[in-house]
Amino acid sequence: MYGTRVVVLGAGIVGCACARELALAGLEVTVVDRGAAASATTAHGEGNVLVSDKGPGPELELAQLSRRLWPQVLTAVAERLAHAARAVEWEPKGGIVVATTDAGARELTRFAAGQRTAGVHTEVLDADALADAEPYVTREHTAALHYPEDAQVQPAAAAAALLADALAAGAVLRTDCEVLAAVTRGGRITGVRTSSGLLEADWFVNAAGPWSGELSTRLGAPVDIRPRRGDVLVTTPLPPTVFHKVYDADYVGAVGSSAGDLQTSAVVESTRGGSVLVGSSRRRVGFDDRLRPEVLSAIAVKALRLFPTLAGVPVMRAYGGFRPYVPDHLPIIGADPRLTGLWHVGGHEGAGIGLSVGSARLLRELMLDQPTAMDPAPFRVDRPAVLGGGAGTVVEEAV
Amino acid sequence: MTGRHVAVVGAGPAGLAAAETALSAGARVTLIDSADQPGGQYHRMLPEAYRAVRPERPQHGWRDFDRRRRRVLAHPRCAWWPETSVWALERPDPEEPGVPRVHLLRGPADGGGRRRLTLAPDALVLAVGAHDRVLPFPGWELPGVFAAGAAQALAKGERVVVGDRVVIAGSGPFLLPVAASLLEAGSRVLEVLEAGTAATVARGWSRRPWQLAAHAAKSGELAEYAALLIRHRVPYRVGRTVVEARGDGRIEEVVTARLRPDWSVVPGSERTSPVDALCVAHGFSPRLELPVAAGCALRRTPGGEFVAVDYDQRTSCPGVYAAGEITGIAGAPAARAEGALAGWFAGGGDSAAPALRPLRRGRDRGRAFAERLAEAHPMGEAWPQWLRPETIICRCEEADYASVCRAVGNEASAGARVAKLETRAGLGPCQARVCGPTVAELGARLTGRPAQRHAEGAPTAGPHRRPIAQPIRLGELAEPEPSPEDPTAGPHPL
Amino acid sequence: MSPRRVHAESDAVGRRDRPLRITVDGEPVDGIAGQTIAGVLLAADRLAWRRQRSGAPRGVFCGIGVCFECLVTVGDERDVRACQRRARDGDAVTTQTREPRTGHAPKPSPRRNSDASAGEGK
Repeated sequence: MYGTRVVVLGAGIVGCACARELALAGLEVTVVDRGAAASATTAHGEGNVLVSDKGPGPELELAQLSRRLWPQVLTAVAERLAHAARAVEWEPKGGIVVATTDAGARELTRFAAGQRTAGVHTEVLDADALADAEPYVTREHTAALHYPEDAQVQPAAAAAALLADALAAGAVLRTDCEVLAAVTRGGRITGVRTSSGLLEADWFVNAAGPWSGELSTRLGAPVDIRPRRGDVLVTTPLPPTVFHKVYDADYVGAVGSSAGDLQTSAVVESTRGGSVLVGSSRRRVGFDDRLRPEVLSAIAVKALRLFPTLAGVPVMRAYGGFRPYVPDHLPIIGADPRLTGLWHVGGHEGAGIGLSVGSARLLRELMLDQPTAMDPAPFRVDRPAVLGGGAGTVVEEAV
Repeated sequence: MTGRHVAVVGAGPAGLAAAETALSAGARVTLIDSADQPGGQYHRMLPEAYRAVRPERPQHGWRDFDRRRRRVLAHPRCAWWPETSVWALERPDPEEPGVPRVHLLRGPADGGGRRRLTLAPDALVLAVGAHDRVLPFPGWELPGVFAAGAAQALAKGERVVVGDRVVIAGSGPFLLPVAASLLEAGSRVLEVLEAGTAATVARGWSRRPWQLAAHAAKSGELAEYAALLIRHRVPYRVGRTVVEARGDGRIEEVVTARLRPDWSVVPGSERTSPVDALCVAHGFSPRLELPVAAGCALRRTPGGEFVAVDYDQRTSCPGVYAAGEITGIAGAPAARAEGALAGWFAGGGDSAAPALRPLRRGRDRGRAFAERLAEAHPMGEAWPQWLRPETIICRCEEADYASVCRAVGNEASAGARVAKLETRAGLGPCQARVCGPTVAELGARLTGRPAQRHAEGAPTAGPHRRPIAQPIRLGELAEPEPSPEDPTAGPHPL
Repeated sequence: MSPRRVHAESDAVGRRDRPLRITVDGEPVDGIAGQTIAGVLLAADRLAWRRQRSGAPRGVFCGIGVCFECLVTVGDERDVRACQRRARDGDAVTTQTREPRTGHAPKPSPRRNSDASAGEGK
């Protein structure tokens, strides 16, 4: 494959992971971004590397693949770029899911039983074990499960580390470069016109996150990836108070839901800086970037149900990000059926940080006709949920 | 009565003037300030509990201020909301442009049981002022190193002097009133150091800082301060600054050095002197989080970013006006003129009113003064030469110069947001209020690329973006959102 | 010398002070009504009261509520800007630190079952 030129469109964590895989495989990689690397969705998430929130199925399998890959990838990066790998703040801290109602407890127990058959490690925590693991969590709980495989990274640093490794392997980064249109010849994409000139290559990878829908429309091969907004609150630095990623059992339901209205569920965890991150919300509001106090309030209400002792803790920052969402809740990884040479990787919604390395691995295996680490068919581009929406979906989405 | 409801945020010279003219235009006014008394930083009042017999003593222009304060606060159409902070501005639907909804917390500073209130005014006047811009230098994090404004606030507002062997250093005419406040309170000021060289300062001002005839009020005030320095035999040195503070657990001595016009140090000119306090300010940073949250466009000047306003103090955001230091650093008289114009138009006043003419003149003189100020006290390009690898840039997170250089010097992490997340510079409790402009400037220099282009739809970056404008406790946030208040409700303390 | 309050008798503004007393980490500290907590601490010869992650001492820097360096706990309210909050007689002020706790092991993971064997990434 030496000499094959690939342009990765988008320098978020998924684009960075793809650039790294492809550059290490010996391809000539250029990564372009209309802004700076890792500055949009990637820099506005929590850094989840989770298996706990996924039921049995292809997405869980991709999560498990990614979870296996992360430590390997970071070890490999550390050999070349020790500082960048350290900045990733890889923390296999484990997740704890807490139900606060009887119905929630039943649902959580059933969900976990399914996960166990799919090979997810889970462990039931009784009241004492929960109090020992999370001394400040509510005593008003009906069930709690520990997921030791859940981990966390500092997402922008993780993307930067993957990108730095790609650059070390010969990839080239072009920032402030906006893609305007495709240049095609006989049903094949041969180049893209950008704000800084024509870029030609053999393959193009659409890794533009929530802007993938818009970008693919510009390229003439639209995929239905839409933005869904999530908000996170950040507290002032605290003495250690939250020791795992702790979330309420509703979260799983919210992740899988398609509703456009506001949905919130409590996700609470500490960062190395001492702040507590309090999430999460999901709203389909197009690219509306405005702060909505009632959304923040709803997040606070849920979080306090889980951690009543946080009531006196000041929130010093809130940030919102747009997550790439596909109507059937499955990522897209594969070749475009309409435009030869175009590939898509995206649609991971809130799980893109964790799933980035597995998705990049699958993409590389598909591109280079290698045996794949898992069945990639569920993620194929030519499924109705992806191609059904057609052009202009992003605009229609604004509520 | 125009029936309009105007919310004025900030009760300093600009906000108070805005409230006054909005009332004369016939509007109902809600005047909001985080302090428990009006006046802002300029007219910082003594606490009532001091029961001072002569509270006007440390004040400049007290009589006019006191009259205006009483007139505004006692006005039947004015609701005065002290100890109230704006924690968020909520922009209306992008489809229907309108004035942002104002989300407030009312109660003692950072108190846990504050009341949540919201306002849905017809017009909003932002007059939130500025704070000291302090450039980093080795040792600036030591206790006993104060932003100049702190020393003044403590002396004027609390009758506490920060020390008795005090050096005041930095740039701009503001150093003089700080010295005056300390001297008035009986402290000993060893010297006042203006980093700008004599030639630079003289080029900007006509000849001496206090001789700017066109700006009578301000230059008169500066002349008084200068006379005070002479009376107390305090040397005012130009082209010299503090390049290092030293001490064990607190400041004990400063290293000062002579500067070239670009603020690089003249080798061999270093001098060490024992001090017990150091007050520093290299200019001002306008408080831009609320204008940015409202969606107001900014304008970039050599002296930094400010809110862009038109002839009538309108911002780019319909129904939102800006006045005072957030539109340019020009001092209290200009802030008053701007505030008066902003309040009048926000209140629905007639644009042909004859009283506007002197106000506009005052405002324009103020802007000329601001330009002059910027020219006379430009920040020297070479100030990063004072830094060492281990010098702290972000005081909150203790991110040092070396780590900032490493992050922005690395292609993969050079994006402002990535560099911030990697170094943690700007992620601490002050939310980049102190280090933000410095990190942005260092980043631009080290990468050779100026401020980042904003991609449509992408979350806006920038050092002034703080959608949560003041900390709010989770418990306060979890309370149900109150419906908009009756704008005239609220106690009248006077 | 250190920060100090201007003597009431010689203060040109003509104060009529009313004393108040707060406690700081249990120790009584005297001030006067109307002062901020930062003012009380400074006038009582305390220049720094908060510790950074490195252990470095911090006190007042900006003095006007911008830098958040003077944070203290008042009663059970943490992160109160001492330069903004007026002291009230009897306020129980506790100083804050961001130093990692020494002598306290981080909470153990509730890993007890043998099948819970993730975390190979360390």
